[in-house]
Amino acid sequence: MSAGPAIRCRGLVKRYPPDVLAVDGLDLEVARGECFGLLGPNGAGKTTTVEILEGLLAPTAGEVEVLGRRWDREGRDLRERLGVTLQETHLPERLTVDEIVRMFRAFYRRGRDPAEVVALVGLEEKRRAWYDKLSGGQKQRLAVACSLVGDPELLFLDEPTTGLDPQSRRRLWEVVLDLKREGRTVLLTTHYMDEAERLCDRVAIVDRGKVIALGTPRELVAQVVGEEVVEFQAPEGGLSPEALRDLPGVSAARPVPGGFSIVTDRVHVSVPALLARLRERGVGLTALSTHRATLEDVFVALTGRTLRD
Amino acid sequence: MTERLDRSPLWQLTLARLRLFFREPSTVFWSFAFPLLLTVALGIAFRNRPPEPVAAAVEAGPGAEGVREALARGEAVRVSVLAPDQARLALRVGRVAVVVVPGSPPELVFDPTRPESRLAHAVVDDLLERAAGRRDVVGPAERPVTEPGSRYVDFLVPGLVGMNVMSTGMWGIGYVIVEARSKKLLKRMVATPMRRADFLLSFVAVRMLFLALEVPLLYGFGVLAFGTPVRGSLVALAAMALLGALAFAGLGLLVASRARNTQTVSGLINVVMMPMFLVSGVFFSADRFPDSLQPLIRALPLTALNDGMRAVVNEGAGLAAVAPQAALLAAVAAVSFAAALRWFRWS
Repeated sequence: MSAGPAIRCRGLVKRYPPDVLAVDGLDLEVARGECFGLLGPNGAGKTTTVEILEGLLAPTAGEVEVLGRRWDREGRDLRERLGVTLQETHLPERLTVDEIVRMFRAFYRRGRDPAEVVALVGLEEKRRAWYDKLSGGQKQRLAVACSLVGDPELLFLDEPTTGLDPQSRRRLWEVVLDLKREGRTVLLTTHYMDEAERLCDRVAIVDRGKVIALGTPRELVAQVVGEEVVEFQAPEGGLSPEALRDLPGVSAARPVPGGFSIVTDRVHVSVPALLARLRERGVGLTALSTHRATLEDVFVALTGRTLRD
Repeated sequence: MTERLDRSPLWQLTLARLRLFFREPSTVFWSFAFPLLLTVALGIAFRNRPPEPVAAAVEAGPGAEGVREALARGEAVRVSVLAPDQARLALRVGRVAVVVVPGSPPELVFDPTRPESRLAHAVVDDLLERAAGRRDVVGPAERPVTEPGSRYVDFLVPGLVGMNVMSTGMWGIGYVIVEARSKKLLKRMVATPMRRADFLLSFVAVRMLFLALEVPLLYGFGVLAFGTPVRGSLVALAAMALLGALAFAGLGLLVASRARNTQTVSGLINVVMMPMFLVSGVFFSADRFPDSLQPLIRALPLTALNDGMRAVVNEGAGLAAVAPQAALLAAVAAVSFAAALRWFRWS
């Protein structure tokens, strides 16, 4: 495998006239063999970024290098080495799984055996089924199969599990983890933080067309948020985030509907102190829960918004 | 060999198009069954009938009976005696084609703008003159014939073939491509190393394949069911059909080159096809439109296709005789393909 990163882009800008700035000076570097996640809410510019990297959109400004090549000069050669799963693709309704994968295989000079790829995504039993008879999860796995049949060095997966049931999501995760084991580079976008934590070696959190945080999921959580998040429900009045931030171990506090959320690196110290503070002020507690901080909490900490806003 | 075909992008794309076509019953119906049904229906409605007698009315009154007898002498006239206002009403609504007002001389009331009324006038005039004692001086011999090629169904079949070549080209290429674009399938395809020319060529290849089925099917049906003639060379007929199909494939590609959704392209297809349905001589001759419009009408590809095919099958024209129509279709094909490729939106 040649040296250099799988993807490098600098100062990427995509402007849609008159006044939409979808990507606003984005820098990115993805190493070979890594599974890299672009995270962010809908409309953050993830898909636009990915489609520029895939050579499907021309950037307004910025430099893009994929597998050491540029789209304008070596586009066709580059396509031979990439696999692409778009955010939504409707494949022809009345072709079978087998027929579709074989058609895609024919587009590549070198590639994998169609039957093998169909087996890899777990669709052997549906080989002769028409596309429109497949479930959402099966359709998505077929889309992934089409992007694998050219034996790509670099695979793009744009929101591969959005809208799928939990079982289908887990099946697709298995497929991606297999690809990682085979040493392929994967760039995936998602707005599910659990998905990124499960699959990605590194993630970039994207908001409003920019990368606002970059690192391994653990690093980001530790740096940006802390270890644990405590959420509790309590009646209004008598409490403010300021009054919670000076509790021992607590690094951040913010109101959530019906209560507050605080971040701590020592739950066993912070929670007794919190309970004492509430009793002192005569505030009754209606619910309390703790969880390990996640990328979701990172996003909230960085933007003050949740991903579903 | 099969493995090489299996790995050929053009073959795989063509195969996919064929499968999708035959797995969609409605497209099969519109391409093959519908034009056949239309030919049957129109062929029956406009079949040639034995000559009908002309319908004449005689106004009741003195001398009416004498006129009635004179007209009833031949088999050519179906005559009735009616009260004057009834007779005029019958003429107005077309139940009779001429009204005779007895007198000396009798008066013939007819409408010279209606062909059957002019015919009735001539027949009735002739019978009245003979009844009054006119002698025929020339007496030409008569030899009745019915020549295939001049009947309505002979006119109709080439027109329906032309219409079918047009609509299958426009819908089969224009609509299908825009549907693929709106479903992001086009984008997905160009994200692979597939050659874009292969994708478009597969549409043209499938069109040509279906042309080789449609045209013989429709003409064969015309020949078998209605005895329509194919007087010219089959090569000339095939050449016209091929050029026509290429011209409409090009126009189909052109209307599909930018449209993002199927509503837009359906509108565009109708805008292109509707005027040609009406003026290009599918159901009635394009000669019926005023002379000032003729240059415009002759420049339409469907007019060229219909005129060329009719000249070949009905008049026995060869390739040389239909060269102007062939050249026009080739030019439409070349220009529309070039423009479509220039403007084509792949994502």
